[in-house]
Amino acid sequence: MQIDFAAQIEELKARVSSLEQGGQENKLSMVVFSGDLDRVLASFIIATGAAAMGMEVMLFFTFWGTPLLRDPGKTASGKDMMGTMFGAMLPKGAGAARLSKMNFAGLGTSMMQGLMAKKNMASLPEMVVLAGELGIKICVCELSMSLMGFKREEMIDYPDLMYCGVATFLEQAMGSKIQLFI
Amino acid sequence: MSDDFSVTLELDLRNLSCPMPLVKISKGIKDVAVGQVVKAVTSDPGALADFPAWAKTNGNQILKTEQSGDETSFFVKRLK
Repeated sequence: MQIDFAAQIEELKARVSSLEQGGQENKLSMVVFSGDLDRVLASFIIATGAAAMGMEVMLFFTFWGTPLLRDPGKTASGKDMMGTMFGAMLPKGAGAARLSKMNFAGLGTSMMQGLMAKKNMASLPEMVVLAGELGIKICVCELSMSLMGFKREEMIDYPDLMYCGVATFLEQAMGSKIQLFI
Repeated sequence: MSDDFSVTLELDLRNLSCPMPLVKISKGIKDVAVGQVVKAVTSDPGALADFPAWAKTNGNQILKTEQSGDETSFFVKRLK
């Protein structure tokens, strides 16, 4: 019996190259679900690090992450009672985020922020600006916006900001080498 | 001390913490031509592991690593 080695090698080559590609690009897709200072800070350190390493980065802000993208200097009118309540109770902007542990009514967070400044670490609002400079895309969950009653006019001015739903995230995530949920 | 390369650009990345040294070197390497060398001086202990990892994924080459006290200097050659 004769075996066609050439044909078998060709078939194997094709299979290896399709496995190597995996349909995934040099991309990072991350869900930022949390609004905690420590978790969101970790998100931005990973995101900016990935951008420095040449990756394309997309952050999908949903639920408790969403209020951190509000601009403390902006206001929105025409909110209903629930929207006004959510707006008042949730942190307004990245600078208002609190630690998930050892917050101690804000004292722990202030101490951590002081320590970060002393160690010459960038603050969370500074990291957001840096992310924009590095071309990191931010996608804000439309459902969270409407659920919490946020309006687009109260969100930060960010170079690459869009509003989307779960399908946009999934479409990006499918083609990404790394997917994270924080 | 003689090296067979010359430094085109020197970056002072001391007193910066993660991820700033990486962000700065990835910007700095684009300011020189392919084949030229950037010297990056860091004081973040994490850079010792991070710079080789960055260079490997970015396709640049670390020609030499020099340590003096708490500072580490990386000589990075732009390859592409």
